[in-house]
Amino acid sequence: MLSVQGLRQRAALLQAVRAFFIDRRYLEVDTPIRLPVLLPESNIVPFAGGSWFLQPSPELCMKRLLARDCTQLFQICHCFREGESGRLHHPEFTMLEWYHAGWDYVDMMAECEQLIRWLCVSSPDYPGLLPDGSIRWGDCRVDTTLPWQRLTVAEAFRQHAGADVLEVLTHGCFDEVLVTEVEPRLGRDRPVFLHDYPVALGSLARCRRDDPQVAERFELYIAGVELANGFSELVDAQEQRQRFTTEIATMRAGGREASMPELFLDDLTRMDETAGIALGLDRLLMLLAGRERIAEVLPFIFEEL
Amino acid sequence: MYTASDLRKGLKIQIDGDPYIVTDFDFSKPGKGQALYRTKMRNMITGVQFTQTYRSNDKFDRPNLEERTMQFLYAQDNEYHFMDTSSFEQIFLTKEQLGENLSFLIDNMEVTVLFFGDRPIDITIPTFVNLEVTVADPWAKGDTSGSDTKPVTVQTGFTLQVPPFVEVGDKIQIDTRTGSYITRVKE
Repeated sequence: MLSVQGLRQRAALLQAVRAFFIDRRYLEVDTPIRLPVLLPESNIVPFAGGSWFLQPSPELCMKRLLARDCTQLFQICHCFREGESGRLHHPEFTMLEWYHAGWDYVDMMAECEQLIRWLCVSSPDYPGLLPDGSIRWGDCRVDTTLPWQRLTVAEAFRQHAGADVLEVLTHGCFDEVLVTEVEPRLGRDRPVFLHDYPVALGSLARCRRDDPQVAERFELYIAGVELANGFSELVDAQEQRQRFTTEIATMRAGGREASMPELFLDDLTRMDETAGIALGLDRLLMLLAGRERIAEVLPFIFEEL
Repeated sequence: MYTASDLRKGLKIQIDGDPYIVTDFDFSKPGKGQALYRTKMRNMITGVQFTQTYRSNDKFDRPNLEERTMQFLYAQDNEYHFMDTSSFEQIFLTKEQLGENLSFLIDNMEVTVLFFGDRPIDITIPTFVNLEVTVADPWAKGDTSGSDTKPVTVQTGFTLQVPPFVEVGDKIQIDTRTGSYITRVKE
């Protein structure tokens, strides 16, 4: 269980994040966390209760709201993923997710770095922060002065693993190389946005107009910790249906049931160009508070319940 | 059968016919990627360590491990012989297999022997053992200026720090996990 001091740090982060988005005229929403159908994602195992699920992310409902003339939305909510437990994972965790209509992933990277930089310089009481707003975590000292580094996935694999990302993909070991070779070297001196993922790894992201093999997706890394995932959202319902069909086939081949989220696809036809991002708030708090494990910043961990 | 999601520190699994114990473990999962189980293991026969990354659908056999209580009989050359006190079956382990346990092993001691199939691979000795002091500097009574401890050697040849009043012929209790002195015992 978290100490009173830990709870205060957590509350301060939640309140600061809300203040940031309210100031920027975002609308806070609280969508249902129990859903009868999910966005098909083969690498996420949801918790089921009867025929309904606990949300692994608030993306489905937030995008349906965006299709209804909402232009700037944010949400802080609990998400649930079965079997995810480790130093940086907990089966129930707190997500900060936000969307901005009319933007693309480049705009979203900029707002993401502004949010975290502002938290670093306006909240000097966090034990993981140095007076100049740098984050000290593990053996890293990360300078958060803007702008942050941008690095394409292809460049990162070349630099840090000496490998060609397309070749790695062909061999089916993208995740292994990313986790063991690339991620530990990302964001050690300055935060870095890894961007432009192979299209197979951006199921809900739009492709680059100048390169259809690349999805407009990014991930933020600070001190080797993956903190946020953002996209230029795919708003072509036809293409989204095709990608879901592939995903559902993969899931069924693995013995899992999945169905097409028809109402979501219906609403997607009315959605304008939008950028969206999901950020793990517990991990951010872990970095700010100078804690080693996500479990050290949660009010309760599941073993304590 | 175990799957990768069963992996945790201390779990014993079988790979390529050998038993392994998981010595370190971390779950990781890149964004939108698949679950990866980064596992550090030690071969329970050779002691060789290695690190491997597994995926959720990787499976492992349970090694056929069994523990039996046995009594230490005698050492001959490099072989240390033990006997099952109910079946009278005798087996031996080598000096290398026993490693640091040798610091505390004495005749007739009851230990737990770990078998992989019918092959003995390791022993666990009691947490507390009583051993006789064979070498010690004499205690100068009334000497309060000296240090709080002095080194002594026990019957197995192991040396440790003890309070100054311990003398040759005394029996002392030792914590075998740390090799440290607990108390002097009267018999």
